[in-house]
Amino acid sequence: MHELSLMQALLETAIARARDGGAQRIERVTLRVGALAGAVPEALAFAFEAATPGTLAAGAQLAIEWIPATYHCQRCDRPFESADVLDCLCPICGLPSGTIARGRELQLVSLEVT
Amino acid sequence: MCLNCGCDGHPHHSHGDRHHHHQLHHELHHELRDRPHAHTHTHNPDRLADDVENPSPTGAERSSSGRGATTTIAIETKVLVRNDTFAARNRQRFRDRGLLAVNLMSSPGAGKTALLERTLAEFHDTAAAIVGDLATDNDAQRLQRSGAPVTQIETGAMCHLEADLVFHAVDRLALSRDREFLFVENVGNLVCPAAYDLGEDLRVVLFSVTEGEDKPLKYPTTFKLADAVLLTKIDIAAAVECDRDLAIANIRRVAPQAAILEVSARTGEGMTAWYDFLRERRL
Repeated sequence: MHELSLMQALLETAIARARDGGAQRIERVTLRVGALAGAVPEALAFAFEAATPGTLAAGAQLAIEWIPATYHCQRCDRPFESADVLDCLCPICGLPSGTIARGRELQLVSLEVT
Repeated sequence: MCLNCGCDGHPHHSHGDRHHHHQLHHELHHELRDRPHAHTHTHNPDRLADDVENPSPTGAERSSSGRGATTTIAIETKVLVRNDTFAARNRQRFRDRGLLAVNLMSSPGAGKTALLERTLAEFHDTAAAIVGDLATDNDAQRLQRSGAPVTQIETGAMCHLEADLVFHAVDRLALSRDREFLFVENVGNLVCPAAYDLGEDLRVVLFSVTEGEDKPLKYPTTFKLADAVLLTKIDIAAAVECDRDLAIANIRRVAPQAAILEVSARTGEGMTAWYDFLRERRL
């Protein structure tokens, strides 16, 4: 998807927050990326490398917390994880679920700064 | 050239208030052009299960310990915070006006505009529409013949609609209180639009009998987020040897939550069920 555009949006926020905190440089940027968010970690990494030089985040590390898709089974009233995007079947009762509980996240979690 | 959207970098009047967005990108890219390549370290998703609690560098090139104490700043904001802020504003405006907002998505050519032509003819007193395309206002002109208020968004080169564009389009519509439905026809694309909340109540995904029964399996993320899936152009299903039962089984597999309707905008088959589906969900 639009990893470069996402990275630029994210860096604007990160740099502003780092500056507000009086930081000289950003050492690490941590993202939370859900399996259903439409963003690919490798592409995010590439975009990070393209977008950070010359900024407060130049040379920083990118850390990604990957969130698997979690669905809610209506019958069992319980959540279950599924890495299969096609068949999201409750492991207990086998009912397909289209209720997404987690996996759409695309968040800037934190910065490590000096 | 703008790396983001490929435009020539000069403000283009059809982008409207997207000038600022592009200007920021251009400033960033001009800064980067002559910079040395920087090394960063990222986490392979296969390793992430171990690294989630304690992300660690994958290489030894940079160690933060040699540069003095680091401070952690917790942020916890969405990357798409700007879009989502506009989406929330849109949602509030739609609720305040009693509008059911419907975001229509599909591949190019699946029949969104044809569906809307019929739908606006049916609801011409109570519906309005916003249409997104890269270029031309052909679709808006076509839909305006229904008598309903319609406005066009020309995105320039952006392959999906975003909430700020919809926000400004709603201003152009000057909607009266008698409007009950707002249809937003997204740019033809089954990948990117799904990530951008426009403030809608319903997401309706269309695919036609000419696209192959396995279309939902190929674009699972978008179909998985659908409130309704419409199989379109059913009047020619037999001619293209589309197995309608298989197409519906595939929709159910990927999108068990979605209502499923089969329609032909051309013959009108199934359209009454579509109108009833909409009426049942009015605010």
